[in-house]
Amino acid sequence: MSSMQFGIFSVSDITEDPTTGRTPTEHERIQGWVAMAQKAEEVGLDVFAAGEHHNPPFFSSSPTTTLGYIAAKTERLILSTATTLITTNDPVKIAEEFAMLQHLSEGRVDLTLGRGNTGPVYPWFGKDIRDGIELAIENYALLRKLWHEPVVNWQGKHRTPLTGYTSTPAPLDGVAPFVWHGSIRSPQIAEQAAYYGDGFFHNNIFWNKEHTERMVRLYRSRFAHYGHGEPEQAIVGLGGQVFMKPTEREAKERFRPFFDVAPVYGHGPSLEEFTEATPLTVGTPEQVIEKTLAFRDYAGDYQRQMFLVDHAGLPLEEVLEQIEILGTEVVPVLRREFDSVRQAGVPDAPTHAARVAAAREAGTQLGEQGSAWREQGVRGDLDTGAAIARQAGEPGGRGSEGREVA
Amino acid sequence: MTKPRIAVVSAGLGEPSSTKLLADRLRDATLKALADHGQHSEAVDVVLRPLAQDIASHMLTHNPSEALAAAIAEVVDAEAIIAVTPTFNMSYSGLFKSFFDVIEEGQLASIPTALGATGGSARHSMVMDTAMRPMFAYLKAQVVPTGVFAASEDWGSDSGLDRRIAREGRELADLMVALPRRREADPFDESGEAFVSFEQMLGHA
Repeated sequence: MSSMQFGIFSVSDITEDPTTGRTPTEHERIQGWVAMAQKAEEVGLDVFAAGEHHNPPFFSSSPTTTLGYIAAKTERLILSTATTLITTNDPVKIAEEFAMLQHLSEGRVDLTLGRGNTGPVYPWFGKDIRDGIELAIENYALLRKLWHEPVVNWQGKHRTPLTGYTSTPAPLDGVAPFVWHGSIRSPQIAEQAAYYGDGFFHNNIFWNKEHTERMVRLYRSRFAHYGHGEPEQAIVGLGGQVFMKPTEREAKERFRPFFDVAPVYGHGPSLEEFTEATPLTVGTPEQVIEKTLAFRDYAGDYQRQMFLVDHAGLPLEEVLEQIEILGTEVVPVLRREFDSVRQAGVPDAPTHAARVAAAREAGTQLGEQGSAWREQGVRGDLDTGAAIARQAGEPGGRGSEGREVA
Repeated sequence: MTKPRIAVVSAGLGEPSSTKLLADRLRDATLKALADHGQHSEAVDVVLRPLAQDIASHMLTHNPSEALAAAIAEVVDAEAIIAVTPTFNMSYSGLFKSFFDVIEEGQLASIPTALGATGGSARHSMVMDTAMRPMFAYLKAQVVPTGVFAASEDWGSDSGLDRRIAREGRELADLMVALPRRREADPFDESGEAFVSFEQMLGHA
C-alpha cells in the first residue's frame, strides 16, 4: 500500500438506464456491487466503500453484510462505507458489526460516519432530524467508548443507558477500525474529526469545491489545535466523480444522456456547466488525472481518493470498464504524481497493520482478542453522552453547566 | 470605510419593466434621504430575470453559477435591501420567491428592507401584506412600515405615488441610520463568536 489509497464509492441507487429504458433489479445491482468490488481489487484499487440508505431507489440498507461477503471474495481490498449513519444506527450495533467485519476481513475495514440527508429516516428509526449533530456527537462518543473500554457504563440523552456492557468481539488486535467523519458543510463535524484526531472525508461531488476547501481547512487547523500534529498531518479523504472514454467527445456523448436525467443534478445545469463548477470530470483519463491532481491545490496532501462511477443508471459493463480504466490508466499515474509532490512528514493512508504497529509502539494497544482488555482510566471528556444529558437538564444529569449544543 | 451599499432586487419579467422602474424610484428616494442624513451610499441593481435559469439550476444542484453567486453576495453583503416584485396570482412572482429561497438561512437577519410591488390594478395591493411581509418576517429582516404598490394607473395619474415612494425611501434611510444590520458571525472562523468548539459541544467550556 502506498501513501495514498484510491477506490470507488457508491450510493447504491437503482436508476433506469435512460439510453435503453431498462431498470436493473435490486438483485442485479447488489450482485453488480460485488462484481465492482472484485474488479476494483483486480485492477489494483485499494478501497470499496458502500453507502447506506433505507429507502428506495437505494438498495444498500445493510453495508456490513455486503462488505462481509465482499471480504470473503477479495484478499487485499479495504472495505469501507460512504457513509455509515451515526445518527440513526445504534452505536452499539455499529461497534459490534464493524468489529466483527474487522475480524472476518483480517483488518481490512474502516468506516466513514455521516448524518444522512433523507429526512424521514430519522423518524423511521425513532430519531429527530433536528438532533442530527447532537446524535452524531453522542453516538460516536459511545462508539469509541465501546471500542476502547472493556466494560462500558454509559448514560446519554438519546439511547437507553448501558451498565456493565462489553461489546463483542473486541476490535481486532486491540485496535479499532479507523474512522473518517464525513460532512459537506457542517463545521461541527470537521471539529469532531479534529478533536479525536480521526480522518475527515469530504464527498467532493455535486458541490462546488469551495465547500470542500473550507471544511478541510477548518479540520486541519483544529487537528493541530487539539495537538494531534501539524495541519498537514491531518488525515483527509476526498470523493470525486468521473466518466472516461478515449476521447473527450466520446465520453461526453456517452455520458450526457445519463447526466441530463441523473437523480441528483439532472434537468438542471448543462454537463459543461456542472463539470466547470464541481469535481465531475467527463473526458479522457488524462483529463481525470489533471483534475484530480488539482484537488491537492485546495485540500493539501491527502490520504484517500474515492471515485463515484456507478450511479445514474450506468450499466454494469460500463461501470466495470470505468474501474478498469481507473486501475490501469489513472491511478498508477496519480500515485506517482501525488507522491512526487508530497511534502515530507505527511502521514500515509491508514491501514490496520500500520495502526497496530503504531499502537504497539505508543503502548495504546488494548489487550488482544478481547480476552484481556487493558484497563484504562475513563477519560472524562469522552463521556459525551452524560455531558449532553447534563446540558439538557435530563433526569440523572449533574447540573447544567456549559452552553447549548449548537 | 467604504460607502454603505444597498442591493436593489427586482423581479420584473418585461423589458422595460415597471417593477424595475419602481425599484429605481425607491432606490433614488432612499439615496436622497440618506444624503439628507449626511450619508453617501451607493446602490447595486440585482435584476433577477437574467438569473432565472441559474436560480432553477441552483435549486436542483445547490451549485450557484458565477453570476448567481455574485448576485447573492451583493444581497447578503449589502447594508439594506430594496425588493420589488410583480404580483402574480395574489402573491410575489415565483422568480422573486425562488431567489430568496436559494439564499442560505440566516443571511438576511436584521437587514433593513424596503418592499415594493407592481400589479395591474390597486386591487392587488394586498400582496405586500399577505405575501411579502410574512416572508421577510421569516427571514428576520427589518422591514419599513411603508410598502409602495404601484398599479398600472399610478404611472399616469396623480395618485400620490411620488409621495409614497419618498416616504418609504425616508423610512429605509432612517432605519439604516438608526438600526444598521448586525452581521452574522462566520461559523468557520475559529476565533469568531459563532464557532462552536468541541469542548463547547460537550459542555466543558
